[in-house]
Amino acid sequence: MSGASADLVAALAALRAEAEALIGAATERDVLQRLRTDYLGRKAGRVTAILRDLTSLDIEARKAVGQAANEAKAAIEALLETADAALAARAHASSADLTMPARQAFRGALHPVTLVVDEICDIFRDLGFTRVTGPEAETEQYNFTKLNFPPGHPALDLHDTMYLGPGTLLRTHTSPVQVRTLEAYPPPIRVTIPGLCYRRDAWDASHAPVFSQIEGLVVDEGVSFVDLKAAIGYFARRFFAPGVKVRFRPSFFPFTEPSAEVDVECQICHGAGCPVCKGTGWSEIMGAGMVDPAVFEACGVDAERFTGYAFGMGPGRIAMQRYGLSDIRMLYDADVRLHAQFVEAR
Amino acid sequence: MIASLRWLSDLLGTRLEAAAVRDRLAMLGCPVDAMQSLHGGLERVVVGLVLEAVKHPNADRLSLCKVNAGGAVLGVVCGAPNVTAGKRYPFAAVGVTLPNGITLERRKIRGEYSEGMLCSAKELGLGEDGEGILELDTEAAPGTPFLDVLPVADTRFEIDVTPNRPDLLCHAGLARELGAVLGRPVRLPAIPGASEAPPPRATRTAGPRGETAGVPVTIEDAEGCPRYAAAVLRGVTVGPSPAWLTDRLAAIGARSINNVVDATNYVLYELNQPLHAFDLAKLAGPAVVVRRARAGESLVTLDGERRALTPAMTVIADAATAQAVAGVMGGASSEVSAATTDLLLECAWFEPRRLRATRRALGMSTEASYRYERGIDPEALPANLERAVALLLAVAGGRLDGTPVDVCPAPIAPRTVTLRDDRLAHLLGVAVPRADAERALTALGCVVLPREGRLTVQVPSWRPDLVREVDLIEEVARIVGYDRFPEEMRPYRPSVVPDDPSEQVAGRTRGVLTGLGLHEAMTVPLGPRHDERAVGVQNPLSQEEAYLRGALLPGLVRRVEHNWRLSERDVRLFEIGRTFAPGEGALPVEEIHVAGVVTGGRRPRHWSEPAPPDVDVFDAKALLEAAVRVACRGATLAAEGERLVARLPHGTVVGWAGTLEADRPAWAAPLVGFEVLLRADAAAAPAVRPRPRSPSVDRDVALVLPEASVAAEVEAVLRASAGPLLEDLWVFDEYRGAPLAAGQRSVAWRLVFRAPERTLREAEVDAAFQRAVTEVETRCGVRRREA
Repeated sequence: MSGASADLVAALAALRAEAEALIGAATERDVLQRLRTDYLGRKAGRVTAILRDLTSLDIEARKAVGQAANEAKAAIEALLETADAALAARAHASSADLTMPARQAFRGALHPVTLVVDEICDIFRDLGFTRVTGPEAETEQYNFTKLNFPPGHPALDLHDTMYLGPGTLLRTHTSPVQVRTLEAYPPPIRVTIPGLCYRRDAWDASHAPVFSQIEGLVVDEGVSFVDLKAAIGYFARRFFAPGVKVRFRPSFFPFTEPSAEVDVECQICHGAGCPVCKGTGWSEIMGAGMVDPAVFEACGVDAERFTGYAFGMGPGRIAMQRYGLSDIRMLYDADVRLHAQFVEAR
Repeated sequence: MIASLRWLSDLLGTRLEAAAVRDRLAMLGCPVDAMQSLHGGLERVVVGLVLEAVKHPNADRLSLCKVNAGGAVLGVVCGAPNVTAGKRYPFAAVGVTLPNGITLERRKIRGEYSEGMLCSAKELGLGEDGEGILELDTEAAPGTPFLDVLPVADTRFEIDVTPNRPDLLCHAGLARELGAVLGRPVRLPAIPGASEAPPPRATRTAGPRGETAGVPVTIEDAEGCPRYAAAVLRGVTVGPSPAWLTDRLAAIGARSINNVVDATNYVLYELNQPLHAFDLAKLAGPAVVVRRARAGESLVTLDGERRALTPAMTVIADAATAQAVAGVMGGASSEVSAATTDLLLECAWFEPRRLRATRRALGMSTEASYRYERGIDPEALPANLERAVALLLAVAGGRLDGTPVDVCPAPIAPRTVTLRDDRLAHLLGVAVPRADAERALTALGCVVLPREGRLTVQVPSWRPDLVREVDLIEEVARIVGYDRFPEEMRPYRPSVVPDDPSEQVAGRTRGVLTGLGLHEAMTVPLGPRHDERAVGVQNPLSQEEAYLRGALLPGLVRRVEHNWRLSERDVRLFEIGRTFAPGEGALPVEEIHVAGVVTGGRRPRHWSEPAPPDVDVFDAKALLEAAVRVACRGATLAAEGERLVARLPHGTVVGWAGTLEADRPAWAAPLVGFEVLLRADAAAAPAVRPRPRSPSVDRDVALVLPEASVAAEVEAVLRASAGPLLEDLWVFDEYRGAPLAAGQRSVAWRLVFRAPERTLREAEVDAAFQRAVTEVETRCGVRRREA
């Protein structure tokens, strides 16, 4: 190291020590501002000046002095910032402008689908339901056969299935858990069954190869279609709106009979007919029905003694309607700008 | 199923209203997905009465008319030869836009103003007739909306027919369903131009062989084809269809091909009966043999594809080769052409499951196969063939040769189902009056015999879905109307099924992690192959989503990268979901995991302080610790290399935390995360210690740790050797740098001593403290740092 560069490095150390002392002693933020200009100012800063003069040094010296100068600059910068924040904090502690933004912590949000699933489960809990789950990888037996889908039945066309191997698949609905519950517990059974399901559907605004579903199953002696209507009506009025109109339409599912689609009065137009409900005034919320005796027989339940009902709905679709999401992919994107809006949501 | 309102109306002999039909069908179980008025754009066309029509002074072919269209009398220039005073025509006033897109303007034609237009059928999009204006056979007042009097107005429905109801895949079936609630019978509309006398019914054979017009018809494969009827027509002229037929097909969106094809399609959509017409001259023999395909046999189908056939498939063959894949598609070589004069018309019933297997093996689906695989009415064959013959004779001429044949080796027994009164009430929850049940079933075509406490019900042959008692219960409920059953909350017994503990743990974990500022994400469990042992989907939609995840973190990292692309710097996400690994048996092993990722600042930036430092691995450690406490009880953490690893007491690794690899932009903070198994153990109630009544005494010690030494080990020795008075201890500082040697560091602990029931003496604290320090110096190779 040449003499000139050694001198400069020593000068920098002195500058740094001096700045440290002055910054430590400062009690006003404008003093700090002045010190910043003195040492780091672009035109007349003393550290800046040394950095500017580097070009007059040889390459070796330039390296040594440059490094020292940059370190000094960073150190003084950090000291200034810390001291400034401390003075600022002290200043607003005594005479705060309370219109300035509050200090925040990160707050996380539940996923919109979780919000919907939890609310559904909680409403049915008030009707004596417990909450159960089951595996997502299943056998054909549990996903189809025991649910009264005969092999080769055209109803299978509605379930475009992803297979894992011969006779094994990704469940296309949560209904296999109905079978598992019926096989594991003697009635009375009252359960909600949330979970993910898989269908071989290409991605678009309203389809995803994986989606959430929630089912309910009730089995006991003397359970009837009237009980089904009462439970679903109670749910709809709590979930959608008190006094909402509910309509049961005949439909078909292999594992229920009689089967129904349940509509509620369109929440956009309140029955007048609008583009969202395709002019019908109703929007479809779930499928439901009385458990088909063939399912009871496949599960070893006495179909003469016990009757029951089941229902199923799509929390993803409901979340999209409720929160005005136009594209199902938004549920899977994990875009923090979307999720931040659900911090206080229910 | 696409249906025409007009067609349905004709079958029920009444004029149905479109919205009413839509609502009725919905409440019967066949929702209308879309409803389209086929005369869109005609809403503003009205009935115009021509008061006067005189020749245009400046043009020979034009007339000057005075028209009453409900308001002031208008002057209209008309070019149609048929305009006649005193008659009514569709009238479009100035400003109306016609279906062809033209908006009428007030303009001068050869010096005379025209205030609108009298329209032809073509101008209204109602047909090809553009020769003259459309004369209306109505007494409706001038100005009446044209659609109210239009004789050809129609509405097209797209109806969602469920797979159990093949009988609804035709107009007669839908009309029968509507008729059951409207109380109207279904009658087939007369065929324009058909002879008064219906053609003869097919003669039923007892065995598998029959004959019509000298053509032998044989069923060799009675399993695949239980019934096969055929008729021979000679001298037909293949050509265009009459307008009524093309209009009817156009109303449901079917294109007219020629009169023969159109006639068979008409019967398909009216009666749900697929038909096939062979060119008789092209059939070797001529003969018809219904048999299984031979090994190695192939056939070029109507679409020009050569199809390889197998003995699992049923074919219609002539004396030599296969001529059609039964119920799926005909063969090209015997296709009806413009030169065809003689037809063999097939009207058959094929076994649904065999047919479905065949069409799947061939990778094709047709209107015919769609219906056959769902099950058509086996008893309707003779009547359907009769209708088809009458229609063909009316639209293509020629004559029926001989009597049609109906080969049906085994009679089809009618199905009888018993419905118990008490079961009906039991399942539906209210007693349905027996008369209502009888009426509902009878309206659907059942033959009902009342017995003591039950009904014996013979179900119609077009309802393959009515097999069991519960099927009839549904029919009664459906026709009575689901809305007639009360919503009455009745007593119930609570569930015996316990709550799934993993759901409870997941719920608490969500609460903990959202509280720590992480948003819950839901990522797709499918992705590209991540390792050798990945569980794969056999028929994936794409290679990008062909394997099931083995862990949650890779999916979360992709979501962080997505947020980085949106310029978000603070990204904090977690997920609870299932992972998959190969199992012993056929099914993979599933685990429920919880994982989280954080990047960005340690807290949100605030104006009162400098930007907070970025997250590092100790933030991931904090999250892992929190997750372990709530979701993986009993696991302990250990540092292994760059990672923290969570293990159960017996050593199984159940999770980890650390810095994550990611495609990170230069401005982004480091990405750290954790993943751990979610265990279904319910959390134990916390063992609350009583609040101490005696004061504590603190002692601090700074220890210089050599490079290889870790804090946890030192702390363990301190804890073990400080004796029972030590209540707690924790690290409160770390220092590196001069005067310590490189690689060394000083770590400072605070030790808190307390005796529960008394005040400690300095001496005993000093003794315990000194014992701990000495012990740790000897055993851990550390030395106390001088203050």
